[in-house]
Amino acid sequence: MTATSEVPLSDMPIAGALDRPFLSVSDLSVAFPTEDGLVQAVEGVSLSIEKGKTLAIVGESGSGKSVTAQAIMGLVNRKSAKVSGEIWLDGQELLHLPQGEVQELMGMEIAMIFQDPMSSLHPFYRIGDQIVEAIRVHRPMGKAAARREVLEMLHHVGIPAAERRIDAYPHQLSGGMRQRVMIAMALINSPQLLIADEPTTALDVTVQAQILELIARLQGEFGTTVILITHDLGIVADVADDVAVMYGGRIVELASTTTLYDYPEMPYTLGLLSSVPRMDQKLPERLDPIRGNPPSPIRLPKGCVFQPRCDYWERVPGEACKTVRPELLESDPDHLVRCLLQVEERKQIARDVKQILAGGSE
Amino acid sequence: MTTQTTDVLDVTDLRTYFPVKSRGLISRTVGAVKAVDGVSLSLDAGETLGLVGESGSGKTTAARSILMLVRPTGGSVKIDGEEITDLSARKLMPIRRKAQMIFQDPYNALNPRHTVGAIISAPFKVQKVTPPGGVKQGVLELMERVGLNPEHYNRYPNEFSGGQRQRIGIARAIALRPKLIVCDEPVSALDVSIQAQILNLLRDLQKEFGIAYLFVAHDLAVVRQISHRVAVMYLGKIMETAPREVIYSRPLHPYTHSLLSAVPIPDPKRQAHRKTRIVLHGDLPSPIDPPSGCVFRTRCFQAQEKCAVEVPPLVELAPGHQVACHFPIQVEDLPARVEVQAVAADAPVEATPDVEIVTQESAERKAEEGATGKGRGAQEEALDEGGAAEEAAVGLNKPKG
Repeated sequence: MTATSEVPLSDMPIAGALDRPFLSVSDLSVAFPTEDGLVQAVEGVSLSIEKGKTLAIVGESGSGKSVTAQAIMGLVNRKSAKVSGEIWLDGQELLHLPQGEVQELMGMEIAMIFQDPMSSLHPFYRIGDQIVEAIRVHRPMGKAAARREVLEMLHHVGIPAAERRIDAYPHQLSGGMRQRVMIAMALINSPQLLIADEPTTALDVTVQAQILELIARLQGEFGTTVILITHDLGIVADVADDVAVMYGGRIVELASTTTLYDYPEMPYTLGLLSSVPRMDQKLPERLDPIRGNPPSPIRLPKGCVFQPRCDYWERVPGEACKTVRPELLESDPDHLVRCLLQVEERKQIARDVKQILAGGSE
Repeated sequence: MTTQTTDVLDVTDLRTYFPVKSRGLISRTVGAVKAVDGVSLSLDAGETLGLVGESGSGKTTAARSILMLVRPTGGSVKIDGEEITDLSARKLMPIRRKAQMIFQDPYNALNPRHTVGAIISAPFKVQKVTPPGGVKQGVLELMERVGLNPEHYNRYPNEFSGGQRQRIGIARAIALRPKLIVCDEPVSALDVSIQAQILNLLRDLQKEFGIAYLFVAHDLAVVRQISHRVAVMYLGKIMETAPREVIYSRPLHPYTHSLLSAVPIPDPKRQAHRKTRIVLHGDLPSPIDPPSGCVFRTRCFQAQEKCAVEVPPLVELAPGHQVACHFPIQVEDLPARVEVQAVAADAPVEATPDVEIVTQESAERKAEEGATGKGRGAQEEALDEGGAAEEAAVGLNKPKG
């Protein structure tokens, strides 16, 4: 593959250098021209996932996490958005494929589930018919055979009395049940890549636990590669192998899940971890949130996008954080950080913060 | 429950039913959704009571009924000692000075055509109150206090982010120095970093003005951060209520156990080594036709025949710790993993849910054998060996002496 070899090695941290990753995104940028100026939603995102693994993309609203996923899925409108970079899935470049071929892949090789199941279910049609259609668009199959397959899949995703529910309309089902139907529809053609955009955000914790277990179980059975987009650091700890933290349209830290939680380095990641109220630790008198608000994607800061909210930028000499855009660089093997602080210094900061966080928790 | 007249809020046996009408030309009332069914709670000055539950548990309806935004069907609500359930809208006006509300959705709670200044000054105008220094001065001080830039006085809500809009809502709620604020999911629409800012703000305001909060939320970690006491609701009833430390470390109701074990912990190692996982399959039963006896029995791993017959009363098992359960269970007695398949809605009354239990020992043994995988994987392997697990599970489903 000539194209991937142009990508600097440091941009492909998670996959081994020898075997090519199953999915690799390199230097992906997405910008939307608007009346107020160019919205740079995603800039220079590079990441890779090996087959059967789960990558979580974590970020707040406006961080570019959903746009990244939509670009991989081919859902960004090319007429209204400027998209550049490369997306390689199993030896095939997706961004420059003609529209027709992209649609062949959608739902067959790549499938997506959304936060709101009603965004992918049509309210007028019975759920069984909708899933049957998803099969028959991609595979030549009789209606009766397709219906049998749908029934099996509905059983598989844990819908009780599937024989009756297959003829239900979406509004007759509960939120958790609809989410299961959407997962069934996404997985019916055994896609190789499943993109889950906030799949459990609208659900109650007990149902969330069911759905996460379901995705993990199906991933084990079908060997599906999963990209999980979420703002919930708790879910990430539970299911992801690797984590990319996004802020202001960029990846600011990329590491394996255990590394990221044990040795976070980017001040934004630290801030996120200390913002979340946690049930497993001693109760702090006050939470320690990141101050200020996320930047506007139209007027991003000139230097590091996180600098205006960062507690440590003054430690970098010459106010460099205000003028220099830091690169995503290797801090340790398989651990990339976008920060101008000296590696030793930020590691010390991270240790201090973790100590305060743990605060005699046990 | 100790009922003192000094409580800021005193709710007794609150019931809010919504009629279910038949279809057709002549619609008759054929039943009722018991959204809130016999809820009692009380709040002292400067105290926060967290009200948690899943969607459909009736927590939001309870909150709205307390402020008479939805008229309750029965029961008593006393705010600052005054019974308000039978007051007319006009007679409620002075009460609104004492009790305010903060809403979940900061986008819909603010009139988009009013400036921030007009929104925050509305309580002064409606109640005909002039703060010292005049209305505008009062609004500017409020904006400053909640962390808004007073220069933005003439801006419109759409020019603000979600967190800032929630600050506008908070400024409006504290304008008249109320004694009670009912907060309905005030941070669930916000990003985590902003969520923490708002929680800190609410806590600071409480310390400064001695406000009591009824804090309705589904996020148990958020509720733990802000509450002094917590009440857990399910299908319109309170299942368990206790001081914060007790409910999170020593809960007794199987439903509270299930909720707590479902909250993900943002730390992969701790998550993998979690003592208990209770997975409830299936959804909340329909509130139109709730289960007989204990409403939770269709998803409960402790369910017995008695639960289908007798409604468990909310009884005080320790000071300040009330539980509505026939078979409460201590944390230490929980098995390592429980899978509960809810009883179907059309199942016979005496059916108990399908419960699969893995004990601590069998899970540990399996975890050691499969040490290469994650904790979750190992536990699932343990599940596959159903025979051994069932043997080990004998006796766990029995009522305790």
